[in-house]
Amino acid sequence: MRTYDQTTHFSGRIWMLSAGVLMLMVPVAICVYYNAWPGLLPVLKGLLGVAPIFWTVGFIEILTYGPMLGSGGSYLGFVTGNLTNLKVPCALNAVQASGLKPGSEEAELVSTIAVAVSSIITTLIIILGVVMLSRLQPIIQSPLLAPAFANILPALFGALAVVFVSKNWKLAIGPIVFMVGLFMLVPALASSVGILVPVGSLLSIGLARIMYKRNWI
Amino acid sequence: MPDFNPNSTFLFLLATIVILFVFAQAGFFLARSWRRAKALGLDTGMLRKVVFSSAVFTIAPAVSILLGVITLSKFLGLPLPWLRLSVVGALTYELPAASTAAAALGASIAETVTDPKVYTNIAWVMTLGIIPGVFYLPFLLPRIQGGLGKLQAKDKKWGELFIQAMFLGMISAFLGVVFARIGEGAAGWVPVLVMLVSIFLMLICGLLVKKLHIKWLEDFALPICMLGAMAASIPLTQLLTSQGGL
Repeated sequence: MRTYDQTTHFSGRIWMLSAGVLMLMVPVAICVYYNAWPGLLPVLKGLLGVAPIFWTVGFIEILTYGPMLGSGGSYLGFVTGNLTNLKVPCALNAVQASGLKPGSEEAELVSTIAVAVSSIITTLIIILGVVMLSRLQPIIQSPLLAPAFANILPALFGALAVVFVSKNWKLAIGPIVFMVGLFMLVPALASSVGILVPVGSLLSIGLARIMYKRNWI
Repeated sequence: MPDFNPNSTFLFLLATIVILFVFAQAGFFLARSWRRAKALGLDTGMLRKVVFSSAVFTIAPAVSILLGVITLSKFLGLPLPWLRLSVVGALTYELPAASTAAAALGASIAETVTDPKVYTNIAWVMTLGIIPGVFYLPFLLPRIQGGLGKLQAKDKKWGELFIQAMFLGMISAFLGVVFARIGEGAAGWVPVLVMLVSIFLMLICGLLVKKLHIKWLEDFALPICMLGAMAASIPLTQLLTSQGGL
């Protein structure tokens, strides 16, 4: 008999592959309906500008966020997207608030529930926004609120940092000092923050290993 | 052949099908994990709190995603951005993908796309540029988790530190990036100050939970701090940008 984890991977694979096929069918359907095939060369030219970075980031995100979200949360989160700014912090917050041990089966279930609820709410808000676009647009696009939406990430990661740094401040110092210094010295790296997430994780794990071996933590 | 319109009923129909798929998948995993959590004896009250706090937490980032849909809709109509930002996508990816795809056919996304070939090229590039992750995951995830499981079985304490260090690595990258604009003068300090407000609010929440035992705050501390810091960014931006420089 299959374990719960094995059935999660089995059903997750079916959902992922179905999502992949469905996503591919969208441009096919548009091309067929309008009889407007762009040709291979323009697609390749367009891809050349984005694919090398985004295919790499996609690979890195799985290595980094997969263990954080757990199996169910990953199969869902990687389909619904917006991982960094929404699904990952949402899942981490839910696991933290429920007091469960990260990495346990219970924590993974809570993470999956958080990602599922977040995906449903996001989709509902976007539907509502699209339906009420003419009424909502002046409000959410007002210059007054623009700074609030431009600063979501610092507003989110500041609070999240308190939660995780307070758990083990010795582990936190090295990677935070390194990243703050790096971005101050090379501000242009801000556009590549996705690639620097695993760099931060590798550095943090390396320093943690040294401190663990020397019994500092 | 029907006339091309980036806001046609056909395109809305396609978007609806994909969005229904997202609902179905989210519903499937929600029901499945809820049943399993109950079977493992997790408290229903705690699970309800997870649902409620996750829903509250999601509102502000979801409105920000909606802003992304609106931004892209100026060039691509509503259905394609709606679809792309509901499945796998994020604005940071979709905007450059749309720009490079349009440029490949000598077009620009400064105005609404009217040429169906430019539109389909954009749709292809947006899709093919982001889709490999969907196909990587089913093969990579079991291996990653297998490796992590072995690590935890071999040395429990190191396994826990490993996960904590990984989280802190991610958080450190996003804390670091907040400092990237400080060379731009006063306005560049806004994200830093917003982060400090968020930290301050979280410390207050922590004190209220620990000293005054306001337990409900534990579940809502993160959305409260995030919304509070976002609200603070409005006067901070006005103050620092009107100064012109520190």
